[in-house]
Amino acid sequence: MTAYLAKRLLIGLATLVVASVVVFAVLEILPGDPARLMLGMNATEDAVLALRNELGLNQGIVMRYLTWTGGLLSLDFGRSYTYSVPVIELIRERSAVSLPLALIALALSTAIAIPVGVFSAARRGRPADTVAMGASQLGVAVPNFWFALLLVYVFAVWLRLVPAGGFPGWGAGLWPALKALILPAVALALPQAAILARVTRSALLDVLGEDFIRTARAKGLPRRTVLWRHALRNAMLPVVTIMGLQFAFLLAGTIIIENVFYLPGLGRLVFQAINQRDLIVVEGVVMLLVATVIVVNLLVDLSYAIVDPRLRHRT
Amino acid sequence: MKPWKSVLAATALAFASCTAAYAARTDIVLGVPLEPPHLDPTAGAAAAIDEVLYANVFEGLTRIGSRGEVMPGLAESWTVSEDGKTYTFKLHTGVKFHDGTDFDAEDVKFSLDRARAEESTNAQKGLFAAIDTVKVVDPATVTVTLKNPQGSFLYNLGWGDAVIVAPESAETNKEKPIGTGPFKFDNWAKGSSITLVKSADYWGEPAMLDKAEFRIIPDAAAAVPALLSGDVQVLPNFQLGDALPQVESDPRFKVVIGATEGETVLSTNNKKPPFDQLKVRQAIAHALDRKAIIDGASGGLGVPIGSHFSPANAAYIDLTGTYPFDPAKSRELLKEAGFENGIKATLKLPPVGYARDGGQIIASQLRDVGIDLEIIPVEWADWLAQVFKEKDYDLSIVSHTEPNDIDIYSRKDYYFNYDNPAFDKVIEELNLTSDDARRTELYHQAQKILADDAVNGFLFELPKIGIWDAKVEGMWENSPIQANDLTKVRWVD
Repeated sequence: MTAYLAKRLLIGLATLVVASVVVFAVLEILPGDPARLMLGMNATEDAVLALRNELGLNQGIVMRYLTWTGGLLSLDFGRSYTYSVPVIELIRERSAVSLPLALIALALSTAIAIPVGVFSAARRGRPADTVAMGASQLGVAVPNFWFALLLVYVFAVWLRLVPAGGFPGWGAGLWPALKALILPAVALALPQAAILARVTRSALLDVLGEDFIRTARAKGLPRRTVLWRHALRNAMLPVVTIMGLQFAFLLAGTIIIENVFYLPGLGRLVFQAINQRDLIVVEGVVMLLVATVIVVNLLVDLSYAIVDPRLRHRT
Repeated sequence: MKPWKSVLAATALAFASCTAAYAARTDIVLGVPLEPPHLDPTAGAAAAIDEVLYANVFEGLTRIGSRGEVMPGLAESWTVSEDGKTYTFKLHTGVKFHDGTDFDAEDVKFSLDRARAEESTNAQKGLFAAIDTVKVVDPATVTVTLKNPQGSFLYNLGWGDAVIVAPESAETNKEKPIGTGPFKFDNWAKGSSITLVKSADYWGEPAMLDKAEFRIIPDAAAAVPALLSGDVQVLPNFQLGDALPQVESDPRFKVVIGATEGETVLSTNNKKPPFDQLKVRQAIAHALDRKAIIDGASGGLGVPIGSHFSPANAAYIDLTGTYPFDPAKSRELLKEAGFENGIKATLKLPPVGYARDGGQIIASQLRDVGIDLEIIPVEWADWLAQVFKEKDYDLSIVSHTEPNDIDIYSRKDYYFNYDNPAFDKVIEELNLTSDDARRTELYHQAQKILADDAVNGFLFELPKIGIWDAKVEGMWENSPIQANDLTKVRWVD
C-alpha cells in the first residue's frame, strides 16, 4: 500500500513538472504583446517599452521560467499584468465561487444519478427504465448554456425566485450567496447526473449478472439488500472514476456557465486572462487545475482501495 | 399584544413601506460587458476604465460634454496667449480629493508631469507631447507652456488619460482610485462589480444618485434576463444581438440608438501592392455597398461615412457620394490599373461582431468585382501584433474608437502606411489653429483629402445602443468619449 502510494505521488509530481514546462512554452508561443494590448492602439512605442520593463517582460525566457517556477514552490504565483495584484489573491477570491459551485453541483449530480441509475438497473427494460434513460439521454444531449438560459427565464425573470446572475459574495450572508449558486449548480449538475446515471446503470447491470449475486439471491437475501449492499458496492469502481473526472471538469469547465450567470469564478478568470494576454494568471490557474486533477485522481485511486478491499493488500 | 396595538403596528408598517416605495430611487445598477483591468484612467487604454470612472470619480482640467464639447472641469476658466503657446488656468478652490487632501495647482503640475514623464505608461502619452513646461503660479493658477501651438490642447485635457490625480494616491489608484468627482469609489468585487457612492463634500453640483453599481455581464444573452428580472436597470453599451427586439417592444424600457466616435473602416495597407495604387483603392470604394454592410454587420444601425470623421461632430461633411456603389465602374478601374484577371489578397479580422460579419459581406462584394479575399480571423492580441504593429496585412476591418482621431493619418509609422504631404500640412495647420471657423474649414479639407485618396474603405459609424429603465433620466445618448457620465442621472416617477 505504501509503495503504491509513493509511486502514485511520484507520478503526480513528474506530471506537475512536465505540465509547468508545457504551459509556459505554449503561452510563450502565443503571439501578442501583453503590454501593447493593455495600452491600445494609440500608445507610443516608449510607453509600451516602459510597461514591458515594469512587467519584467524584457528578461530572457529561461530566466522568466526559473523565476516563475521558483515562485510556485513558495506558493508565489507572481503578479497579474492587468489587475496588478498577486495572482494567488485572484485565485483565492475566484475559488471561493468555483469550489463551492463545483462541490454543490457534484453533490447534486450524485444525489440524482445514483438512485436513478440503481432504479433503472433494477427495472431493466421496463417502462420506468425506458423513461429514466430517455430523460438521461436528453440530459446528455442538451447544451448546458441553453439549459442555463432556460432556467434563468423561468426562475429569475418569470418567477423571480432567484437573481438572474451575479454573485453577491460570501460577505453578503450565506443565503444570498447560496441563492446565487443554485441555478448555476443545477445547470451544471443535470448533464453530469445524466452521464453518471447511465454509468451507474450499466456498471450495476454488469455486476448483477455475476455469479456471487446469484449466490446471494440463492441464500435467500432480500432483493433490496442484494442490490444496494452487494451489487452497488461492486459497481462503484467505474462510478467513482467518472465522479473524479467530473469534479475536475466541473472546476475547470465552468467557463460557459460562469459566463451565462456572470459569476466571478476561475473559469471566467482564465478566459478573460487569455483574451487580455495576462499570461501569468493563465499559467497560475492552469497549474492549479493540473494540481487539482492530480490530487483528485490520487483520491480516486485511494478510494478504490476503500471500495475494493482486494486492492488494499496489493503492493 | 392587544388588537388595537397590532392594528396600529400594521398601519405604521404599511405606511413606512409605502413611503419607501414611493420616494424616488437613488440607487442604480448598470450592466457593462467588460471589466476594467484596473481603476487608473492614466495607466491603460481599456475603455472599461473610463466607462466607470470618467467624470464620476476623476476629473480633468477640462471635460468633454455629451455632445463632444469642451467644458470647464477643475479649471474654472482659462486664457490663451496671443501666440497660442501659453495657457493660464484658473482653478476651482475648496476642492478636496476623496481622501480629504486638498486639490491645488501642485496636483495639476504633478499629474501633467507624471503623464508625460519618460517612465510614464500613459496610453495616450501623445496627448501631452506638445507640453514644454507646467508652472505653478499660485495654488489656484497654473500656466502650461507648449513647444508649439496646439489647437486641440483643451480638448486633449478632457480625455480620461489627462485626469488630475494626487501625488499621495497616484500609485494606488489602480486598486483604490482617489479623485475629485461627485462619486467616490466604494468597493470592487473583482470579476463581479464595482460600486461608487455619492461624495458628500463635492465641490460642484452634487450627484442625484446615492449609489451606482457597475455589474460585469460579459454575455449579451445574459444581460437581457438581468434587465428583465430587474437586477440591472441600465445597459449603457448593449452588444448587438438577436435579443434587441425582445426589449424594444417592452414599454418598461427605453432603447436609445446614439452615435459613437467609432469610425469603422476597411483598413488598407497603402504601401502594399496593389493597394498602393489609387485606382485599386478607388475600385474597392466603388465596390462597397454600405447599406448591405450596415444591415449585415450592425443590424441596420449606424450612419454610413465617406471619410474618417464622426457624423456627431459639428465639423462633419457627408462624403459618402465620393465613390458611390458602382460595381461596373469598379471593374473598369481595376482593368485600367491592369488587373483584369483579378486580385488575390487577405482580410484579417479581429474578434468583434461587426468585423467578422462585415468581413463576410465585404468579401462577397469585392469578389463580385474580381478581388478574391482570403478571410483570416485573428484574436485581438494577434491583430495588434500582426496588423497594427508589424503592418503585415493587406486589408482588415476595425473601428477606430478614439475621439477626433483624424490626425492618425499623418503619423508616419501608422499601420495604414498612408503618406500624403498635403494632408500632413492640413493637420499641421490644424494644430496651430485655435479659431473655430478656421478649424472647421481645415477639418473639411482633411476629410476631403482622405475620401479622395480612398485611403481606407470608409464604412460606417459604430452605433451606441443604450437600454435603460423608462424611469431613468440623464444617461448619455451618444458617446463622444468612452464614458458613462452619471453626474446628471436620476430616477423620475
